[in-house]
Amino acid sequence: MGIVVLLGPQRFTPTLGEAVARAGVEGRLASVTAGWQEREAEDLELHEHLGERTVNLMLYARAEDVFEKDAELFRAHRERQEKLRTLQALYRRRLAATRDAARRLVEAQGDEALLAPEREDAIRALSRLDAHHLRRVAAIDAEFEKRWRPEGRPVLRRHVRAIERQLEKVAGLAIAGGHVAILLNRLRLFGIASRVGGRPVFAWSAGAMAVCERVVLFHDNPPQGEGAPEVLQAGLGLVGGVVALPHAKRRLALDDRGRVTLLARRFEPDAALAFDDGSWLLFRDGRREAVSGVQQLLGAGEVAALEVA
Amino acid sequence: MTLAIRELVEAPELSPRRIDEFLAGRKCPIVEGSTVTFVYRGPADAVFLQHWIYGLPSAQPFSRIDGSDLWYLIQEIPVRSRVEYKLEVEQQDVVRLIRDPLNQELAHDPFGANSVCQGAEYADPEWADPDPEARRGTVEPLAFRSRALGRDEEVTVYLPARFRPTRTYPLLVAHDGIDYLRFSRLQTVLDNLIHRGEVAPLVVALTQSPARLREYAADDRHARMVVEEMVPRLEEKYPLAKDAAGRGLMGASFGAVAALHVAARHPELFGRLLLQSGSFAFTDIGPSPRGPAFEPVVEFVNGFREKPMRVAERVFVSCGVYESLIYENRSLAPLLQKSGMEVRYVEAWDGHNWENWRDRLREGLSFLFPGPLWMFYE
Repeated sequence: MGIVVLLGPQRFTPTLGEAVARAGVEGRLASVTAGWQEREAEDLELHEHLGERTVNLMLYARAEDVFEKDAELFRAHRERQEKLRTLQALYRRRLAATRDAARRLVEAQGDEALLAPEREDAIRALSRLDAHHLRRVAAIDAEFEKRWRPEGRPVLRRHVRAIERQLEKVAGLAIAGGHVAILLNRLRLFGIASRVGGRPVFAWSAGAMAVCERVVLFHDNPPQGEGAPEVLQAGLGLVGGVVALPHAKRRLALDDRGRVTLLARRFEPDAALAFDDGSWLLFRDGRREAVSGVQQLLGAGEVAALEVA
Repeated sequence: MTLAIRELVEAPELSPRRIDEFLAGRKCPIVEGSTVTFVYRGPADAVFLQHWIYGLPSAQPFSRIDGSDLWYLIQEIPVRSRVEYKLEVEQQDVVRLIRDPLNQELAHDPFGANSVCQGAEYADPEWADPDPEARRGTVEPLAFRSRALGRDEEVTVYLPARFRPTRTYPLLVAHDGIDYLRFSRLQTVLDNLIHRGEVAPLVVALTQSPARLREYAADDRHARMVVEEMVPRLEEKYPLAKDAAGRGLMGASFGAVAALHVAARHPELFGRLLLQSGSFAFTDIGPSPRGPAFEPVVEFVNGFREKPMRVAERVFVSCGVYESLIYENRSLAPLLQKSGMEVRYVEAWDGHNWENWRDRLREGLSFLFPGPLWMFYE
């Protein structure tokens, strides 16, 4: 993988154009706004921000077309989604107890000699549960792929060819935020990760989450429930070693040391990174090369500006 | 803890200037933890606190600080409370019931407004304030002739930001909808919660009856208007969900009675109910002491209590613990649960007013119409 840039939300502080220029990308860019669902085509602002150089791959509309014309695939897709929803609910049930135990131990005070190994194991139990969930999701996905071989189906193949033709003419790919599960599903359906080649990728908000190795859903103050972060599924893995947390200032209680500690420690050795307005992190060939405004959640419960060597 | 008022009470001499200085810039009533000092300044023979806390004797007398025109009363008020009150000021055999001149905070109810004391740790919810990041929805009128009610009906329709005719939206019918807009900031609340993904984008039909004490009192004509006239017109004009999970009714006080009554007359048509401080008066024996306006309500609620039935899938019920209606609402919640509905029952340290109902909207709406909060990162 060449250049991948993860960015914070773009709506109020657009920094995408600057990132594209910094990466030295000239020429046209393919855009993915499938996370916006039925508003996918309303990308004028993005188009203008990038100097009218974008070509929208229209993955959401293409998927709708595939599902409309290939009823068998659509049914299979729905069944898989239902299975995944059920699995997520089961995982969530186990997660509640495991996370509660870990949280209590993270905040517990006492004889460190006794406490520390218990705390470590409680956090590892949480990580093991996350890993278990990722394996189960991957197994369901693999079964789906093996049984239905979506890429071999005529309607999907036609769209894939059209996408390949679009990609041949662009110098990079911009992936917007929105609904992360739908975005990731459409990116996978059309095999975007394998088709983008070595072109630079710029991804923000849900887009940034989707290109990492795993997608973590989070909100510390939801109106329902206590707000336990949960792993959704594996991401595209275009970059490794980080968990992207966009809109962190709004969605996370960054002054709650217990929560910060748990979120940071749970996903180790990956770094839990907060992406707010104006922030970005540039990877070149898998290595972090440059950064601005990204905050890292630390195991000690603090948040600090991320630096790259 | 030494209370602030002690400075004055224990001062050897108390000049008007000293009182001016004491009150200048000070928020009244003076809240110090769970202790609240109510203050009144002016000529009077006696001053009393009239509060709206059901179950506690009202008309507590203030004390005057010797040699001054400053009156005070110290009360224990639980944290996070909002207590409605007025001051009863007696002077030369004239009794005036007034709002607290030193307190600008008001609680609005369907009949007017009272002063309100905000206990320690209470804060207006930030999600009810305009959020510059939130895209704004729009409202537009919808008028039709109601044969059921024999009059023209005007409904205000809230459409969420970025409304699209090609998408399907849940419908929520709000009784006293214009009051919800005015006093509970419903439009701002919807804009914010939808923008944040906490509530699904939904269409809200805001109805406002000119005769709510009659039409909202378990009146079949109102139910017919909603189900046979209003909803079909809305479905004709807007892309609305056609299943029960996509239809809801809400209301406060008599509006909550109307919401439950409409749902009970048409079971399973509306899958979501938001009932706030419902006037669900009932009797176990004898007539209701609440007066003639409640008679049809009592008949309806008594009937419902006798034969509870599943009228919706999910119900959110809230009530203030300082309201006289807390007894009725506490009684209703288990009945609803027993009939197989998923019920969320919430109590607040508050009274029968629009701010209480506003403060519960986030929890209620997100329970009934959850948005894509966990999945959406724009």
